[in-house]
Amino acid sequence: MNLWIWLLLACALAYAWKVVGYFVPARFLKDPRVSRVAGTMTIGLLASLTVVNTVATGQSLAADARVGALAAAAVALAFRAPFLLVVIAGACTAALLRMIGWN
Amino acid sequence: MKLLASPAVRVGLSISIATGLYGISFGALSVTSGLSFWQTIALSLLLFSGGSQFAFIGVVAGGGSGVAAMGAATLLGMRNGIYGMQLNALLHPKGWRRYVAAQLTIDESTATSTGQSDPAEQQRGFWAAGIGIYVLWNLFTAVGALAGSGLGDPKQWGLDGAAVAAFLALLWPRLKGREPVAIAVVCALATVLVVPFVPAGVPILVAAVVAALAGWFSHGRSDEGLEPDVDPYAEHHHRRQDSQQAGA
Repeated sequence: MNLWIWLLLACALAYAWKVVGYFVPARFLKDPRVSRVAGTMTIGLLASLTVVNTVATGQSLAADARVGALAAAAVALAFRAPFLLVVIAGACTAALLRMIGWN
Repeated sequence: MKLLASPAVRVGLSISIATGLYGISFGALSVTSGLSFWQTIALSLLLFSGGSQFAFIGVVAGGGSGVAAMGAATLLGMRNGIYGMQLNALLHPKGWRRYVAAQLTIDESTATSTGQSDPAEQQRGFWAAGIGIYVLWNLFTAVGALAGSGLGDPKQWGLDGAAVAAFLALLWPRLKGREPVAIAVVCALATVLVVPFVPAGVPILVAAVVAALAGWFSHGRSDEGLEPDVDPYAEHHHRRQDSQQAGA
């Protein structure tokens, strides 16, 4: 139940960002720094989410089958595979590595 | 028939199919991350921004708190504010259309619109991509959520590996040039360094602060990191920012 509250708040804040763009005077958001921070934060957050999901379990770090999934996804992306194919490559690699015993 | 003759509408519809399809992976990963079917549906209907939705479930899957999940999703959503400003200047939506346009403001609808130079085509591109993605993204989220709930142990199917791949695929198109790569590497390192010392979910917010400082104090392209996950004009082999500058 608790998660619902944060989830709905996240939805409200996401919509707030979107609406703000349409109503705030353009000169504020036209400050190139604001636009740059939005961009670099997107890169930083996605990089962070990638490594957290690869090596972290709670507060501990481990190199398990997920590292193989990361490598497989990188190869698929290098070959310009579409999003869904990249995701499937990651899943299959992790599942296969577990099957042969790499946790 | 007349609508389908518009190049922007055609691009908008093909991007809708490509983006909508990966709603399947979001739906499946969300329910295996511990969210309920209806929480998954609510995220796609109300939050409607792929990166933020994946961030929310990624933090929950890693054992992070609801606050941390909300924080990561909200910080990732900041760029939609920038898109809203660009689109407002381009399309001038009035009345209720403004509020609808706001909800449809995401990477792909913005890229489809700004990739056109004719104002009428910019309008058609935005609405075709925005509505098309909204409908298909929600439809395929439901399909994925239903499929995911019947899977049993998600690890056996490698779904944690699927999440890793999804985040890398979201990051990949934004790594154009040396600077974004440097930011990504520094943020990844900062994340790994703090994981053992702070509660789950917080390392992602630490990385956000590092990235924001890097953006504030360095000088580079002002549209860095603002690339769509699926480039609507990929087959035309021109960079989006070129056409944006031409259109500005």
